[in-house]
Amino acid sequence: MKGLNRVSWLLVLVLIFSAALAACGGDKEEKVAGNLEIFSWWTSGGEVEALQAVYDIFSEKYPDVTIENAALASGQGQGGNMKALLETRMLGGEPPDSFQVHLGRELIDSHVVADRMEDLDFLYEEEGLYDVFPEDVIAIASYEGKPYSVPVNIHRSNVMWYRPSRLAEVGVTEPPATWDEFFDVAEKLKAAGIPALAIGEQGAAGGFSGHIFENILVSVMGPEKYRGLFDGSTGWDDADVTKSLEILNRAYDYANPDFANTSWGDINDRFVSDDGPAMMIMGDWTHGVLMSLGFKDYHWTVAPGTQGLFMVLSDSFGLPKNAPDRENAIAFLRVIGSKEGQDAFNPIKGSIPARTDGDRSKYDEYLNGAMDAFKTDEGVPSIQHGAAAKQSFLVDYDIALGELSTNHDVAKVQQLLVDAAKAAEFGE
Amino acid sequence: MAQGERGRAASPIRVALRRRARWLHGDTALAVLVLLPSIIAVAIFIYGFIVWTGYISTVKWNSSIEDYTSVGLENWRTLFGMERFRWDLRNLVLYAAAFMSQCIIFGFLIAVLLNQKIKGEAIFRTIVIFPFAVSGVVTGVAWRWLMQPTTGINLILQRIGFTNFDFQWNADPTLGILAISLAAGWQFTGYIMALYLAGLRGISDEVREAALVDGASTYRLYRHIIIPLLMPVTFTAVVLTGMGSIRVFDLVMILAGPAFSTDTLAFHMYQATFGQYRWSLGAALGFLMIFLSLFLVVPYMRSMRGEVER
Repeated sequence: MKGLNRVSWLLVLVLIFSAALAACGGDKEEKVAGNLEIFSWWTSGGEVEALQAVYDIFSEKYPDVTIENAALASGQGQGGNMKALLETRMLGGEPPDSFQVHLGRELIDSHVVADRMEDLDFLYEEEGLYDVFPEDVIAIASYEGKPYSVPVNIHRSNVMWYRPSRLAEVGVTEPPATWDEFFDVAEKLKAAGIPALAIGEQGAAGGFSGHIFENILVSVMGPEKYRGLFDGSTGWDDADVTKSLEILNRAYDYANPDFANTSWGDINDRFVSDDGPAMMIMGDWTHGVLMSLGFKDYHWTVAPGTQGLFMVLSDSFGLPKNAPDRENAIAFLRVIGSKEGQDAFNPIKGSIPARTDGDRSKYDEYLNGAMDAFKTDEGVPSIQHGAAAKQSFLVDYDIALGELSTNHDVAKVQQLLVDAAKAAEFGE
Repeated sequence: MAQGERGRAASPIRVALRRRARWLHGDTALAVLVLLPSIIAVAIFIYGFIVWTGYISTVKWNSSIEDYTSVGLENWRTLFGMERFRWDLRNLVLYAAAFMSQCIIFGFLIAVLLNQKIKGEAIFRTIVIFPFAVSGVVTGVAWRWLMQPTTGINLILQRIGFTNFDFQWNADPTLGILAISLAAGWQFTGYIMALYLAGLRGISDEVREAALVDGASTYRLYRHIIIPLLMPVTFTAVVLTGMGSIRVFDLVMILAGPAFSTDTLAFHMYQATFGQYRWSLGAALGFLMIFLSLFLVVPYMRSMRGEVER
């Protein structure tokens, strides 16, 4: 009995010591110099390669720094899982060195107002970024006059993709330019048994309707009034919001009938299938997706009623306070803000550079057209993609529009939007 | 103890020390020492944080900025006033009823069939229990394809003649949650089957034979002997599936239907906390889920204690 006890005691001591040793070992490893941890939700084809192109440039310039690519698949909505993990790390005071975030309110309301980010005024000065980024973009990036992230690309939300052959089946040669025209065409398509509009609303707070709705809103109320929705000068109980909701509500009648079962991820496959819908309102990353599917029968125009407007969203990177490798993070921000970095990233990602001096020869027909439009058109911030409003509002907004797609009760949905705006404290 | 000590005046201190020493050398001391790390860990990381969650649900932390201003029961009032919350409760009831009855009824029936000393029993048992080894996310994706109304199950049934079969499954705006319980039931039935099978194996053949000799029909044998003998297993199955119903998340995440038709407490908590940074509201939801679990855990603990005493 006594002998056995001694063995047990020994075992216990060994266990305790090894646990203590393991704890010490963990501490040591975190302090390895020359690391750079980058958080993103870029995990699918095109995105990964684009990010890698930037990493390659970085590694050439700073060969001693080891890049840790902490990419996490998006889950629900854009970057849902990654944002959740990021939030816990930021709260716990252990930020990554830099992370992907939508330019605008998504960054500002989640992290800047909580005093967890460094302003990048010094970097913009040193790199001359104030001169190469358009004013609209710098304004979206800024809080109290100072920019907080470096935009790496610009995407356009208000694009309508269409299949000329499907429209030709009902004798339509030009895509509709207004919502009235859209419904005329949609009626013809419906008579021929063709869904007019692609919608993929499956998923909790899926957001596909939210994307379409921001384009309807700006087409109905114009850019000034639209911006006012987020500073309190336009109420969400406005008659134009009602009108916009009615348009979206009507559009469901002409959508692919299984839209409630089709997820955002599946909609592109639906769009390119032989019996697929004729039109789809979606951001310009769709171009890259359709190309990668080997699909040829499509063309593009701006979303109905948004001529002369450029609904902007942008991916950007910021500098968290207490970044463990601050110098490396700053070096990374310099690379992604540079002409070289942006021209390496964007042709692969299928977006245009946030800089106005991009090398045109590197971009294809669609992107060159988008670069022209970005110069001449008026920029308006996207809701669905984090530029116009804070994250908590976005979720409420998507929940409200999910309700519209299900129960088609315009008055109730408008009340939900009014409540959401109140909770978001716009203009306070 | 040492012989030499006998006869010496036993001072109270010495006695106490000796008692203590004996205690230290005993198995109890060892047990306490070995368990201490996990006791401390459980105390802090489970019970400590339950209390902390309860506290967070009474403060004003509903944005990305930490704010510990006390607001009393304001978050709870907000929660109870939400339409979404009423959907969550309704879905919990529907889901729990469907999921629990599926698992228990089919789990029991399959276990009885497998217990008939059939050939290749091990193969069938493996087939039935296999879904349990698949992660919830994989199950969800597979069932999403099956439930796609234009393909999947609908198409199969339409092809074999049921041309009117046009279910919306998880996309049904009122009963979508039941479609999710189907996927969950498919996954969990095998596990409950294994519980019942072990229970059935534990019932000795003598009991059966005695009943049969006395002229009991198979129905009466199960109705009056086997099912009552399996009550502890059923109780465990109810607790396990009940807990599973309260915290279901992964399947809902993948198979979510329109609006709140398939929303659950756990998904609501996740979205409020990590999607909207409404930490206090999320804490209220989490605390409520713990509270609901108590209705299952407390009776279970009691019955366990009763069994040990028996």
